[in-house]
Amino acid sequence: MIALSQVSRSFTVGDQQVAALRNIDLNIAAGDYVSIMGPSGSGKSTLLNLIGLLDRPSSGTYKLDGGNVTDLNDEQQAKVRSEKIGFVFQAFHLVPRLTAAMNIELPLILAGVAVAERKARVAQLLENYGLADRADHRPDQLSGGQRQRVAIARATSMHPTVLLADEPTGNLDQTTGKEVMNLLEQMVAQQVALIVVTHDPVIGGRATRQLHMVDGQITSENKSSGGT
Amino acid sequence: MKLIDVLLFASGSLRGSRTRTLLMILAMSIGVASVVVLTGLGEGARRYVINQFSSLGTNLVIVFPGRTETAGIGPGMLLGQIPRELSLDDAQALLRSRAIKRLAPLTVGSTQISFGALNREVVVLGSTADLIDVRQMSLSQGRFLPAGDIRSSESVAVLGAKITRELFGQEPAIGARVRLGDRRFRVIGVMATQGESMGLNTDELVIVPVASAHMLFNTSGLLRILVEAKSRDTVELAKHDVEEIMFERHGGERDVTVITQDAVLATFDRILRALTLAVGGIASISLAVAGILIMNVMLIAVSQRVKEIGLLKALGAPAVQIRNLFFAEAILLSSIGSVAGLILGQAGVMVIAQIYPTLPVAAPWWAVLAALGTSLGTGILFSVWPARRAAQLDPVMALARS
Repeated sequence: MIALSQVSRSFTVGDQQVAALRNIDLNIAAGDYVSIMGPSGSGKSTLLNLIGLLDRPSSGTYKLDGGNVTDLNDEQQAKVRSEKIGFVFQAFHLVPRLTAAMNIELPLILAGVAVAERKARVAQLLENYGLADRADHRPDQLSGGQRQRVAIARATSMHPTVLLADEPTGNLDQTTGKEVMNLLEQMVAQQVALIVVTHDPVIGGRATRQLHMVDGQITSENKSSGGT
Repeated sequence: MKLIDVLLFASGSLRGSRTRTLLMILAMSIGVASVVVLTGLGEGARRYVINQFSSLGTNLVIVFPGRTETAGIGPGMLLGQIPRELSLDDAQALLRSRAIKRLAPLTVGSTQISFGALNREVVVLGSTADLIDVRQMSLSQGRFLPAGDIRSSESVAVLGAKITRELFGQEPAIGARVRLGDRRFRVIGVMATQGESMGLNTDELVIVPVASAHMLFNTSGLLRILVEAKSRDTVELAKHDVEEIMFERHGGERDVTVITQDAVLATFDRILRALTLAVGGIASISLAVAGILIMNVMLIAVSQRVKEIGLLKALGAPAVQIRNLFFAEAILLSSIGSVAGLILGQAGVMVIAQIYPTLPVAAPWWAVLAALGTSLGTGILFSVWPARRAAQLDPVMALARS
């Protein structure tokens, strides 16, 4: 489903070209559970941003569901992001003035989904993620775990095929981190490709495919039977 | 994204920063209000002057002695001559024109009026019986100057309302004798209170027959002749007739100035309209300032909400949508500000109308529309740049910022 071939990304820092990604070849199928690990600056997040169409490769091609998405213009890419990609961030990135329900509704609003459909989906998501009694709370009235659950509900509200999580447990304690990972892993069963970037070998070890990156290259891939 | 959602989202983010929003609305509304109030004042001044001039009478043609030459000094002036004066004969001769309904010669002087021990300085107007109709004045007591021979110098006087009050108090004035200069006059009428009209306060006037005034001031000339044309259509004809008759009588010299009320009205109208436009323009500077304020605030909003913009992009909002969200905020801000300003301005106009009841203040509709248009326009114009900046933010950088 995701097919990267010879993808490179370099940034200009001062008058130097710094390569963040070098000739990455990567294929990810629907229902794959991939973790990307590696030291800081190894290009994990850059890779995730490229897959999420927040960034463009300097060279190489990226095919998503068979279509070449590197050539799409900004508007077309935004549409793909809206329909196929869900993001979960370390810092949650909830809109502080909106309630939990409204934060979950945001992608649906942006996509122009009809009100009745929106309300139904949000109610369902609040129920699924155990947030029904928190619907009208604003982010500053929620615990870290609850915030990340709102963020996951938001990321899945458009039924994406790819779920990208950048250090989803980085701001959480271990117990809530595990809960959050369980919620994310539920999506894998629904044939969603889950890609998790993390420092934490315990979190990374839960994935069926574990990629290690160093200096912008994938140095190794471990496969495990998955689950812990 | 649906329009209603765009508006809801934008109003949500405006409510999110309440103080800033209120300050912006205040700035915008002060701009709109000042345009409304200032053009209202200008328009009030215009109407005031027009009313004043209209209150002179209707279908008036005014004849002055002398001619204002655009070419400079006439030959007579070099010889030390003053322009030939208008005489009572000139006035009578004008009645030959069929376009003229009636006329009133005017001569003016000032002297002492005294009754018993009371005396004061007054402006004495010499005219004829027709003056009351030409100038559309009204009496409160007695009768006006007697009709008849224009040359008869009867010693009768009609007093203004204020003069009567000052000299007679509660006593009856009709029939009393007052002294004007060195002559005694019998009071035959009292004018109704009218107030000021073209610089002459009729309440403080004394009106006597024109021949009596000539004797009183030892003159023979007329200050001007007020001519009333038969109808609106004959005003130009009357003007033409006056010029021809005077040309004939003054030995082939065009030495009088004839103006029509309409021409003067039109001139005043133009001048005061220009004045209104000018003050409106000055006031709209404050609108431009409000627009720049909006830009400033929107720029702050963009930089404060960088993360939110990055998030919206990650959630699939294209650049156009983000620009529209910021546009919607600016439009909401400036339209709320405009409406508030309109209300504020109208309230100001009402207050001024209370304080100066004689001034017919009212903001003209075009100024109101222009103020609304300008405030909306500046609001949108000055949000183009901030909205573009928001739309062009790199989502990766935006999300990474802490």
